[in-house]
Amino acid sequence: MGFTICGPKLSLCGLVLSVWGIIQLTLMGVFYYIRAVALLEDLPVEEGAHSSIEHFLAEVETGYDQNAYNCWIAALLYVITLVISGHQFWMNNRSSVSM
Amino acid sequence: MGSLFRSEEMTLCQLFLQSEAAYACVSELGELGLVQFRDLNPDVNAFQRKFVNEVRRCDEMERKLRYLEKEIRRDGIPMLEIPGECPEAPQPREMIDLEATFEKLENELREVNQNAEALKRNYLELTELKHILRKTQVFFDEMADPSREEEQVTLLGEEGLMAGGQALKLGFVAGVILRERIPAFERMLWRACRGNVFLRQAEIDSPLEDPSSSDQVYKSVFIIFFQGDQLKTRVKKICEGFRATLYPCPEAPADRREMAMGVMTRIEDLNTVLGQTQDHRHRVLVAAAKNIKNWFVKVRKIKAIYHTLNLFNLDVTQKCLIAECWVPALDLETIQLALRRGTERSGSSVPPILNRMETLEDPPTYNRTNKFTSAFQNLIYAYGVATYREVNPAPYTIITFPFLFAVMFGDLGHGALMAAFGFWMCYKEKPLQAKKIDSEIWTIFFGGRYIILLMGLFSMYTGLIYNDIFSKSLNVFGSSWRNNYNKSTLQGNAMLQLNPDSWDYVQSPYPFGIDPVWQLAEANKIIFMNAYKMKISIIIGVFHMLFGVCMSLWNHLYFKRRTSVYVEFVPQIVFLVLLFFYMVLLMFIKWTSYGSTPPHFGDPKYVTTSAFCAPSILITFINMMLFKVDANDPSREMCAQNMTMYAGQLGLQKFFVVVALLCVPVMLLGKPYFIMQEQKKRARAGHVSIEAGAENGSAGGAPLPAAQHHDEDITEVFIHQAIHTIEYVLGSISHTASYLRLWALSLAHAQLAEVAWNMLLRKGLQSSGFSGGIFLYMVFAGWAAISVSILVLMEGLSAFLHTLRLHWVEFQSKFYAGEGYLFQPFSFEVILDSAGQGEE
Repeated sequence: MGFTICGPKLSLCGLVLSVWGIIQLTLMGVFYYIRAVALLEDLPVEEGAHSSIEHFLAEVETGYDQNAYNCWIAALLYVITLVISGHQFWMNNRSSVSM
Repeated sequence: MGSLFRSEEMTLCQLFLQSEAAYACVSELGELGLVQFRDLNPDVNAFQRKFVNEVRRCDEMERKLRYLEKEIRRDGIPMLEIPGECPEAPQPREMIDLEATFEKLENELREVNQNAEALKRNYLELTELKHILRKTQVFFDEMADPSREEEQVTLLGEEGLMAGGQALKLGFVAGVILRERIPAFERMLWRACRGNVFLRQAEIDSPLEDPSSSDQVYKSVFIIFFQGDQLKTRVKKICEGFRATLYPCPEAPADRREMAMGVMTRIEDLNTVLGQTQDHRHRVLVAAAKNIKNWFVKVRKIKAIYHTLNLFNLDVTQKCLIAECWVPALDLETIQLALRRGTERSGSSVPPILNRMETLEDPPTYNRTNKFTSAFQNLIYAYGVATYREVNPAPYTIITFPFLFAVMFGDLGHGALMAAFGFWMCYKEKPLQAKKIDSEIWTIFFGGRYIILLMGLFSMYTGLIYNDIFSKSLNVFGSSWRNNYNKSTLQGNAMLQLNPDSWDYVQSPYPFGIDPVWQLAEANKIIFMNAYKMKISIIIGVFHMLFGVCMSLWNHLYFKRRTSVYVEFVPQIVFLVLLFFYMVLLMFIKWTSYGSTPPHFGDPKYVTTSAFCAPSILITFINMMLFKVDANDPSREMCAQNMTMYAGQLGLQKFFVVVALLCVPVMLLGKPYFIMQEQKKRARAGHVSIEAGAENGSAGGAPLPAAQHHDEDITEVFIHQAIHTIEYVLGSISHTASYLRLWALSLAHAQLAEVAWNMLLRKGLQSSGFSGGIFLYMVFAGWAAISVSILVLMEGLSAFLHTLRLHWVEFQSKFYAGEGYLFQPFSFEVILDSAGQGEE
């Protein structure tokens, strides 16, 4: 199967972005999973709408888990992007060499 | 072995070459690339030089090669790159062979092109004729159609009717004209022939190829009917004027059909011939394309050699060529070897002579660099080429440049991106160089690949120190701050402060870098980092400048300017140390003397050493310079008297300022005083020797020393020195403050990274539910694009520029003269590179 949807530059961009995205998003997912305090402000938790600290903490916990899964889902999507970009890049290289 | 510490020692040499061996020797020297020839015939016209004929022949050959190249490029044939090494410059006798080959190729190509053009012209005529024959069929049919009698008749008027109702005999011409010209053509015909001619036209659907310009043009067929000879001439003239081509078109349909068939056969034949011509041309060009790069290199080398030979002098016996050249002193052996090889190749028996010459001229500056150091050396040269044998700032730049950049850029994530880019470029160096990518931006990035790699690595280090990766902090060792508030306080307050003078801070610092707790402190993170980064910037700046002043000491010692050491270097260093290095010491004293003393938190007995009583360094410094003593602020009554940091501070500071101020007149007047003394001494010595020479009556007396030097005007010396002193004194303050840009840019970078994360990536991270994953996937791409374009590229460029400025102005103004000129050796590599770039 060999058709090129995008040119060599776009596929190279996609390749680099995918690699970066996979590495960073996987690590972020891990950090969310182990409850890193640095990522406390990047949780889907509203400010000031909590009745008590326990309520807040419970939401924070679910938020951490949710975001960890989201990061891993995004990393997975980038794996797919990597495969597609890599294939496109390889197709583009091959067609320019066989010329 | 030469070193980068200062530029190489150069000698002026005289080279005696036998005429037969000259060509081969110069060829060898060109391959070596270590010799800079001087022009010994500067006032000779280019047309009167000895080897002007050979240069002319080379120019001719180059012209032919360029013509060949143009034709090859036109046909889109790929030109083979030279496999392996560059070919050597051919012997002079080979030049004739090359000339013959090029002549033959050029002639052949021109012939082929001419033939092709003639054939195409023929083909065009035949095609147009074919179209005419086809289209005019329609016109004639209409003509013969009796139902159209009406039209014809009205054209010609009443007389035509009376002639028996038959169709009147009309003459006609048929031709082809460019489609754009038809309206004007029609109008002209109407006006000129007073409406008595009849034009029919039809467009030719397919475009035709113009033989000379190879453009595709659209044309139309036209046929003009008229009566009478006068109209015929008029019509023909108008057609000529509009450059319409007329073709003989037979009236009778049978004739026309025959002609059409004949034309078709001829067109087919012509097509075959054209095809074969193109094939032949293609074959010739392909054969040429295999060798053309090779030939270019050879011709360029020959031309370069003859240009160089033109710089030489012919000696009286006409047997020997004399050259003067600058040569690095350490390379004399290599050059002798090259010369010997050249003489052997040319079969000459007389060895060339390389003679060292004494000269008072300034030699060129030459630094032996490799691919790593050349980038840094070029950064320095961009400001100014070092004076001969001056201390070279480049080796230190290899470390200080990436380090100062990193202080401004400090981010582990962005640094990693930059380092990865630099690493890829350095790793794939050879294939990327071979690709010869045309873009100028790429050339700039690729040329600085080692700089980019180092900047990225150093930025990763400072990113770890600032604990900043894409604006988030890493908590590797566990924070040193604890939360000791109870639940009700936490619930009741939006913002709380942790006191380091209590067990909120575990009294032992985070082992490496900034504590990760600070990224949660939105209120005072910036204030805290400001204090730290500003002090660091000044400390780095003062050390950098002190280093610069020390470099000037090496220069003074090397150039044997002993007085300069005492009246320039010593006061400069004393001034800088007593004022600014003292300020740096104050910073270190403040850092070490003030803090909490566990477990006596809040104990008034220890308040003088607590952070509460830490004085402001800036205020201390200003008061020191102004000889002012501030009484303690009422809230700081319990701190040390006058907010001093150590006993005897006030007295010591006064002493420092006085001594530093005393340095200024030394700098201002010291050197001119010594120069005046020297001039007086020389004048006296000059008089004595003249007298002595006159007494002895001998020509071999003491040489007149005064003739050697031009004694500078003494006022100029004073003015010069005053400018230097003011520049140094005022500069020391402004340059020290200028280093605060290290703080400013790192703050800007940190804030930009934070904005990018908060405004972009957070949107993706705060979406709830699992669709958040897909949204995050898209937002991440946008955040990555912004990070690379703004934070890495734009901020990187900005930090690069500021680092460059700090080096060029703040560092180098302390010692660098930069008044040399570059050593430009006769090197085939350089010539071929520039020629290759020139044609692109």
